[in-house]
Amino acid sequence: MQTSVLEKATSEKGHCSTVLELNVRNHPGVMTHICGLFARRAYNVEGIACMPLGTGTTSRAWLLINEDERLEQVVKQVEKLQDVLEVRRHAGGHAVFENLGPFFRP
Amino acid sequence: MFRMTGAEVLIRLLERQGIQTIPGIPGGANLPIYDALSRSPVIRHVLARHEQGAGFMAQGMARVTGRPQVFFATSGPGATNTLTALADAKLDSVPVICITGQVPRSMIGTDAFQEVDIYGMSIPATKHNFLVRCVEELVQIIPEAFRIAASGRPGPVLVDIPKDVQTAEIDISSWPDPGLAEAPKAVAMQDVENAARMINTAERPMFYLGGGVIQSGASALARTFAEKAGLPTVMTLMGLGGIPSGHPLSLGMLGMHAAPCANLALEECDLLIAAGVRFDDRATGKVEEFCPGAKIIHMDIDPAELGKIRPAHQALVGDVGQALQALIPRLEARNRGPWLERVRTLKTDHPMRLSGSENPRSGYGVVLEAARLAGPQAVVATDVGQHQMRAAQAYPFDTPRRWLTSGGLGTMGFGLPAAIGAALARPDLPVICFSGDGSLLMNIQEMATAVEQGVNVKIVLTNNNALGLVRQQQQLFYEGNLFASDYGYAVDFLRIAQGFGMQTLNLDQSADPSGDLERIFNEPGPGLIHLTVDAGDNVYPMVPPGAANSEMIEGEEHADVCA
Repeated sequence: MQTSVLEKATSEKGHCSTVLELNVRNHPGVMTHICGLFARRAYNVEGIACMPLGTGTTSRAWLLINEDERLEQVVKQVEKLQDVLEVRRHAGGHAVFENLGPFFRP
Repeated sequence: MFRMTGAEVLIRLLERQGIQTIPGIPGGANLPIYDALSRSPVIRHVLARHEQGAGFMAQGMARVTGRPQVFFATSGPGATNTLTALADAKLDSVPVICITGQVPRSMIGTDAFQEVDIYGMSIPATKHNFLVRCVEELVQIIPEAFRIAASGRPGPVLVDIPKDVQTAEIDISSWPDPGLAEAPKAVAMQDVENAARMINTAERPMFYLGGGVIQSGASALARTFAEKAGLPTVMTLMGLGGIPSGHPLSLGMLGMHAAPCANLALEECDLLIAAGVRFDDRATGKVEEFCPGAKIIHMDIDPAELGKIRPAHQALVGDVGQALQALIPRLEARNRGPWLERVRTLKTDHPMRLSGSENPRSGYGVVLEAARLAGPQAVVATDVGQHQMRAAQAYPFDTPRRWLTSGGLGTMGFGLPAAIGAALARPDLPVICFSGDGSLLMNIQEMATAVEQGVNVKIVLTNNNALGLVRQQQQLFYEGNLFASDYGYAVDFLRIAQGFGMQTLNLDQSADPSGDLERIFNEPGPGLIHLTVDAGDNVYPMVPPGAANSEMIEGEEHADVCA
């Protein structure tokens, strides 16, 4: 069986992972705003998937991140971003990254 | 229907927001905006000498009025020069809107002359930022920028406008409503009930009040709350003025340079009621040992502050004023005589020692004498350093929104331009700027702006020809290895100020310091008051960085150690 992206992240580093589902306004700066919050905390985003929704005024961004004690604070900071309309949290094994697995074989 | 350029639309939208004064500097990429501004019948432009100065002037205006204020800069170096003022506004939650010119859209990304990615650079320094992509968008973005700057926890917003968007034409049939602060979400009543129960059952409660109380306009409520519940009160650097310094319940500032009684009382409290504070390390010291035996109620409008540093037993999310308003009728009359008596004893036994305060030619004395001469309505701006801590310790604070200091970022160079901004926004009030020689040199060019505008700002410069707080840390914590903290050359600040056209007073050579001070304070317009102080004269008490607040070094103890 193919090892998923998620399982690899978990098994190699021994971290529990979390998937964040973000509904955001779709414009050129929005991913920089989001990723900057993680970068300034030296908190790695392990996986990103983002596509526009419907007419393209909003997008959905999926982030795969390792859980640690900074997660609560960084989620609160993401919720404060003006262009982030909604944040939902899912367990690490969410299908969105599971199904991307075949595209990320070394 | 009007046909207008983007620049004209911008100026009209700013007029509709009630903007009356805009500090800034023109350059190639914002000239269309300046051309439109020149025709505004209501907005006055103040030509700063550095974009950082313009940013701090806007901050000074915003801090005294509580309303968002605007400043202008051109692209490239003009834009990068605004970043320190923006970062400062972010950390102290000040609503300012920076409008930068950008190279035309077709040239973005080509390394054009004076092109920088200020949108990218300003992301972490602002609450939000915009790169305007078309003139139609501009009409929506400007009110939105004001709404964001003023809503919830206020903060800075940057709007980057390419030059061809400024010159593009648009037909306007109606104007959008001005952007205003949104009403905050109501505080959950169950949380209020729980908090009230915790307060009513506490034996030794303390009130810990910060800049959020000032922002919320809740100072009067905070005072009523403290009085009704009988709460000894400490304030953060940003919260000073929240309740008057002379109030019997006030213990002044807490933390690194607090009166010993304030930190000692916090050690003993069983309930800490934190209002509009963020548990900054300069206030809490080693956070694990801050208020070790206390339960915590934390009220703040920013949900991300709750639990960020110290988990609260009861969090109240929402406007601090509304939270206090809801709590006040739920407070039960409690006899806290023994606790208040204990705090009174601490105040008597461990007061703030202001050495030399009787002498107007001392670091503390000149603060008190300036306060007396300027009167209780005065606005007080400071730079960053020993003079700032002395002012925080000694100044008789009376009114909120009159104390302008760079708290979170600790920006040397903040004081003079912030004082100018305050004087522009409130020409009816006297303004004092306490500064040091290190700080004053960092934005000294704004002396020209002060003289040009004729603002009533009195700079009180205590000059030790050194970076005093750095020197102090080297002396105390680096085995006295003083390195790069003393200046090798003493500049002549009096001649510099005179060169800028400012009146001056050298207290060092004054036969009648009090009389001379009174004379210069009675003279309208900007002035520099110069006083030499000893570089070895440290600010005490001091909690070593990273240590618990109980580990204060007190001046006299230290003097004993040295002897």
